[in-house]
Amino acid sequence: MHIPDGFLSVSVSVILWIVSIVVVGYALKRVGKDLGERQVPMMGMLAAAIFAGQMLNFAVAGGTSGHLMGAALATILLGPWAAVLVLTSVVSIQALIFQDGGLLALGANIFNMGIVGVAVAFMAYHTVKKLAGGRKWGLYLGGFIAAWLSIEVAALSVALQLALSNTSPANLAIPAMAGVHALIGTGEGLITVGALAFLSTARRDLVEAGEADPIKGSLVWVAGLLIALVLAIASPLASARPDGLERIAGQLGFLDAARASRSQIIPDYVLPGVSNTALATILAGIIGVLIVFGVALAVGYTRRSVYRSERRSEHLSERPDHQASSK
Amino acid sequence: MHIHFLDPYRSGNSLIHRLDPRVKLVLALAFILTCALTPPGAWPIYILLFASILAIEILSALGLGYVLKRAVLAFPFVLAALPIIFTTPGTVWQELGISRWELIITLPGLVRFLSIAFKSWLSVQAAIVLAASTPFPELLVAMRAVRIPRLLVAIFGLMWRYLFVLADEALRLIRARAARSGNSNQPSIKAGRDLVWRARVTGGMAGNLFLRALERSDRIYLAMVSRGYDGEVRTLPLPAITSANWLGLLAGLAILGILLSLSFLFGS
Repeated sequence: MHIPDGFLSVSVSVILWIVSIVVVGYALKRVGKDLGERQVPMMGMLAAAIFAGQMLNFAVAGGTSGHLMGAALATILLGPWAAVLVLTSVVSIQALIFQDGGLLALGANIFNMGIVGVAVAFMAYHTVKKLAGGRKWGLYLGGFIAAWLSIEVAALSVALQLALSNTSPANLAIPAMAGVHALIGTGEGLITVGALAFLSTARRDLVEAGEADPIKGSLVWVAGLLIALVLAIASPLASARPDGLERIAGQLGFLDAARASRSQIIPDYVLPGVSNTALATILAGIIGVLIVFGVALAVGYTRRSVYRSERRSEHLSERPDHQASSK
Repeated sequence: MHIHFLDPYRSGNSLIHRLDPRVKLVLALAFILTCALTPPGAWPIYILLFASILAIEILSALGLGYVLKRAVLAFPFVLAALPIIFTTPGTVWQELGISRWELIITLPGLVRFLSIAFKSWLSVQAAIVLAASTPFPELLVAMRAVRIPRLLVAIFGLMWRYLFVLADEALRLIRARAARSGNSNQPSIKAGRDLVWRARVTGGMAGNLFLRALERSDRIYLAMVSRGYDGEVRTLPLPAITSANWLGLLAGLAILGILLSLSFLFGS
């Protein structure tokens, strides 16, 4: 579900970066107020735990395996704002260090997994808990539905962004993503329920602390409901009528539009003095090869001179070493 | 067994290793942004971008094989873009008849798909060079310099420090499970019971890991407090960027700017 660089249009990436920055900034403030000076150690450790928890997997069928993503579990145990911070940290480190998801696309990945996943999980979990009225099945059913929905809705969000970026057609991407992630979400749901079962036996206080006072989270509840509804309604619409989405993409892609108009102003204008694109490509190829060749030569040359000077200094340092060892 | 292999940093003393981490981060981001802004089908610019990242890889002495192999690992996502070969309207390039299905590959579709795949491949390489040539603490400094909130940077730093500890814990949990649930080399014999049971056990392990992390965070917090932590993240002031590094930054940005403005001329 991590979108690499190159797949989102610049306008979609920038808009989602802005949304993510605003939400994460607010989450930092909120969690700082709740946890105070415990914020840094606790959020850091739990982010590391979610990251490591993603290594735990179980065999499903035919060599495939399911593993945890953790948005729902973090939301249930920590509350929405802390979960946003934890997932933002996980997704950022995955992008920066392991190239799991792109850097320009990081805003979108934080949005999909950290914000959409958390808001939807919060909404689902608390709704089911309220309906269950404190009975035990509410915890498990709520946990399962929250986990399943967090994966499914995040996947819909990814598919819509790809379609908006004109990278994959809505009528294929959305059903495909929804289908695959319905299965992945089931695995996520089962693991989340297993974790909740363990934690409610081992540390019931933790599971109960997470629910705190739902009024405080009402904004998140509404946001989660809205996100789930919008994506659930927009996706089938978009996949039925991809033209409409293309029009939105056209309006949203102001950068692409601006670029298109500029290239119309100077039609067929290529490198000055070079009249056709094929020639320009060949020229670029030659320049490219020259650059790489030149750099390789330079590196080889400097390495040889470094090696020589090292050998020379070894010769020079032989005598002092000898004296030092004889002392 | 420990998880050192998680750390992508490969020590070295090359020009790229010595470059200021702030310059590296900004240039990597600028490179990725340039790739994203280059219109599809601007092949001459793609070639020049590829040549420049290749030059950086040679300068960094990381080993071309290492970078290119890692870059391929991020490739499966390309499948998501594959359908546009068939759905983009335009001149027909090739018609495929697979039994009763008629698939029409259009030229603009093919150009767009190849552009996306190539741009994504170039961007991943820039990110790999950045991660492999910069130790994580230096990346944290760079993140602070580009105005990422200090608290968030502190959380990243702590997360990184304990990532390996917790990954080791996860490995121990996995080993304990394997030891207790009768693994077999024969693929037809599944370890453990049915699917739901396996998922529940994995869930228990995840919950366990979560609990251990929480308890450890308490101990870390107390250790921090006993050393004078008061909730304020204090960091050394960032050192000045040397003139050589400024030069590198400006030269890099200028080259990318030139390539980008040229790319608008070639765009389809």
